[in-house]
Amino acid sequence: MLDIKNIKEANYSTLQLEGEVDASNSVELDGAIQSVLDEGIDRILVDARQLDYISSAGLGVFMSYLEEFQEKNIKLVIYGLQEKVYQVFVILGLDKLMAIKSSEEEAIEELK
Amino acid sequence: MNKELRLYCDTDQLAHLRQFLDSRLKETSLSEVDSLQVILAVEEVCANLIIHSHECNPSEYIELNVNNNGNSLIFEIKDYGRGFNILEYQEPNITHVIKAKRKGGLGIMLVKRIMDKIEFESNGTKNICRLFKNVVSK
Repeated sequence: MLDIKNIKEANYSTLQLEGEVDASNSVELDGAIQSVLDEGIDRILVDARQLDYISSAGLGVFMSYLEEFQEKNIKLVIYGLQEKVYQVFVILGLDKLMAIKSSEEEAIEELK
Repeated sequence: MNKELRLYCDTDQLAHLRQFLDSRLKETSLSEVDSLQVILAVEEVCANLIIHSHECNPSEYIELNVNNNGNSLIFEIKDYGRGFNILEYQEPNITHVIKAKRKGGLGIMLVKRIMDKIEFESNGTKNICRLFKNVVSK
């Protein structure tokens, strides 16, 4: 089960993920990111504190945006990953390719 | 420990697979981080078969058998279909995955980095993929 909330702040939007991302629901994650972009928002936080699991289908969604974000100067920062979930990013070296922070404060700082 | 699961070819079944694996792994000495990775690796192989070899046809199924021989956890994944030889699969370069904006290609990379040994055999109709993870018995 995956629940995604889109919370709008003055200068950015937060996507709050709760549950598990796998091949059955990764399109929902993709759709949520796309709908934030469609609103013209270029600063996105991903609150992953309640994300319990992510498979390659979910990682692939984040990776598929990396190039576009770089070209268009769009920033997406993930924060609050549980250690077990963070280690999945580490296996593929995604911790080096993506902006990942421990706390919300650090993540907001990274958006600037 | 010798437990079997029949998994129908629908991605909605993956959550069920994770629950099954989670309860099996609770009987081992694996840490929470390692358990999640082992679950992930088995799921990646199963998801790959469900989606690519069986085109998410829910009337078809794959079989998973979990064994612990004292040194290794052995996950045997059996399917009847086109077959996917994980050992012959060429890992994409991660920068190519990003450039091509591909959403796939990462799963097998995870399996190869998480598991300690992988075997594949096929007789043309029945395919068996075995994933080994070294463990210390409780």
